[in-house]
Amino acid sequence: MTQKTMRDAINDALHLEMARNPNIIVLGEDVSGGAGGTSGQREASGGIFGVTKGLLPKFGEHRVIDTPISESAIIGAAAGAALAGLRPVAELMFADFVGVSLDQLFNQMAKFRYMFGGRTTCPAVVRLAMGAGMNMGAQHSQTIYPLLTSVPGLKVVIPSNAYDAKGLMLTALRGDDPVMFFEHKALYPRKGEVPDGDYTIPFGEAALVREGEHVTVVAIARMVVFAEKAIDAVHKDGITCDLIDPRTTSPLDLDTILESVENTGRLVIVDESPPRCSVAADIAAQVASQGFRFLKAPIGLVTAPHTPVPFARELERAYVPSPQRIEAAIRKVMQE
Amino acid sequence: MSTETVASSLSSDQLLAAYRKMRTIREFEERLHVEIQTGEIPGFTHLYSGQEAIAVGVCAHLGVTDYIVSTHRGHGHCIAKGCDVPAMMHEIYGRAAGLCKGKGGSMHIADFSKGMLGANAIVGGGPPIAVGAAIACRNRGDGTVAVAFAGDGSCNQGTVFEAMNLAVVLKVPTIFIYENNGYSEHTGVDYAVGSKDIAGRAAAFGMPVEKVDGTDFHAVYAAMGRALAHARAGHGPFAIEAVATRFYGHFEGDPQLYRAKDEVKRQRESMDCLSIFRRTAAAHGLSDAALDAIDAEVLDLIERSVTEARQAPPPAESELTTDVYVAY
Ligand SMILES: Cc1ncc(C[n+]2csc(CCOP(=O)(O)OP(=O)(O)O)c2C)c(N)n1
Ligand SMILES: [Mg+2]
Repeated sequence: MTQKTMRDAINDALHLEMARNPNIIVLGEDVSGGAGGTSGQREASGGIFGVTKGLLPKFGEHRVIDTPISESAIIGAAAGAALAGLRPVAELMFADFVGVSLDQLFNQMAKFRYMFGGRTTCPAVVRLAMGAGMNMGAQHSQTIYPLLTSVPGLKVVIPSNAYDAKGLMLTALRGDDPVMFFEHKALYPRKGEVPDGDYTIPFGEAALVREGEHVTVVAIARMVVFAEKAIDAVHKDGITCDLIDPRTTSPLDLDTILESVENTGRLVIVDESPPRCSVAADIAAQVASQGFRFLKAPIGLVTAPHTPVPFARELERAYVPSPQRIEAAIRKVMQE
Repeated sequence: MSTETVASSLSSDQLLAAYRKMRTIREFEERLHVEIQTGEIPGFTHLYSGQEAIAVGVCAHLGVTDYIVSTHRGHGHCIAKGCDVPAMMHEIYGRAAGLCKGKGGSMHIADFSKGMLGANAIVGGGPPIAVGAAIACRNRGDGTVAVAFAGDGSCNQGTVFEAMNLAVVLKVPTIFIYENNGYSEHTGVDYAVGSKDIAGRAAAFGMPVEKVDGTDFHAVYAAMGRALAHARAGHGPFAIEAVATRFYGHFEGDPQLYRAKDEVKRQRESMDCLSIFRRTAAAHGLSDAALDAIDAEVLDLIERSVTEARQAPPPAESELTTDVYVAY
């Protein structure tokens, strides 16, 4: 075990699996950086977020591919490479840029296996850096995962910590379906215990981060960190919570959530996305439809508002669900 | 038409105004470079220093009813198109008095009263928007045009190719300005543009193209004059590739490992559009005293903008849910 940032944990997984499997390639804008520069230094960046550092020197230009700014072609090329036997990892940089490449994702990559009658697979991983909190404005701060979670054929992975990120990435790199791998930008520098060796975390298996009696809290990505703060705060008043991190929203581990709600009778869902047609709304609907009899109180939803992400510090702070808002939601369901 | 004949068609007042704009952009960016290090400015910022002659050479031709669309590196385009400088600074600081109430930030400054349809943080997002604005210009029949500023990196986006073809098909007055500053993020243009010829690619879509020295205001101004004449005569789009450099990193904080160590220093000596402008100023009838006076006034304006913005109030929290058709 070593203390590692989430950034390094994902990097670790890429190094490990690229060494094991020569079919893995990495492609995207500045995944290495330095091509065509005047310093002569290749790998001048190693990814804008540093997640692909060290890959080019180790695996060479046929496997670590810097692309022009062409997201449609990046994702389409990943889809094609996957059909032709490779295992591409495409970096989209900011998740918001998925807009440019959407056809190749949801009409192509997502549909191949089913539409072609199961005669092919499409083992591609798309990496997307998401999330608000760094004042990057409306086009560099969205979560996007609700949109892609709604697409049949795509797996959607959203780690909340370094340990999970590595294990989930290794699973993604060994699976046969396209995986949308969301990395919250604010989590990149957060450290956690990460084994040096090989381990995988299966998709569709939620993590029970905290155990308690009174309320089930479901939280995704950075919201897990905020939910822990809120849970610590209500603990002082004797309120204890299960905290569930789904880790993958497609497939979604509904069983773990339902089991917990059966015990607690109260549910709060925390999601940094806007509220409509979101993962929070989806989980609430599933629990209402399959676990209504367990509920002692209306389900609490803590989400961003139905607005684009604002720039100003004060507005963005109000946009992102805070530990205080989560705490208030927990207390509210306890009053019912 | 030679550069000289067009340049001399500008009065000395017009030349001084162009110089003032270029100097304003430069000092705005140089000051931001300093202020960003204090940590007071939210988010991340892309500076336009080094490319001033392009924005100003283009926009010097445009009125408020002409349109421009801009990029993530948009401060220069905004100033050149006449956006209020203190209000821009407020926006960059995320203040209520900003041009977009602090909701947009550095990468999303817009001023519709000035025909500035927005900076754009999606690379390649702008050119199709310019084509749409050009349809409006054509249909109004008032001789206005729409200009798309785009970088050397952005012109590898499918959206940009589609925009060029659409503009040619529709024959609408769109002027594509490709600012070739040598890099897209940490990648050199000669790697990312396969043909190594941005102008040639634009020409292949079926529009006239010029490649100009983007550090020479007069050259940009002259090329833009020809582009405008073409577009206003109803002949459709026109493209200009303007070659310059950026004096800073891709964004503030970029260690620029992809650049030769002394590259920026050399370029500041040889490719500074302001020094180049001043070198021929006397020949255009401009006195050093007049230019120096502008320099001093610009510094005052920037100082005032920063001082005001630093002390200004942020947007009220209630602004979070305004300007959207419905907020839950
Ligand atoms: C769709 C999209 N892809 C990638 C990015 C990240 N990005 C921002 S600026 C930039 C480079 C743009 O290069 P260029 O067009 O040459 O403009 P310059 O930065 O040189 O002004 C990139 C890749 C983005 N903002 N949007
Ligand atoms: Mg560039």
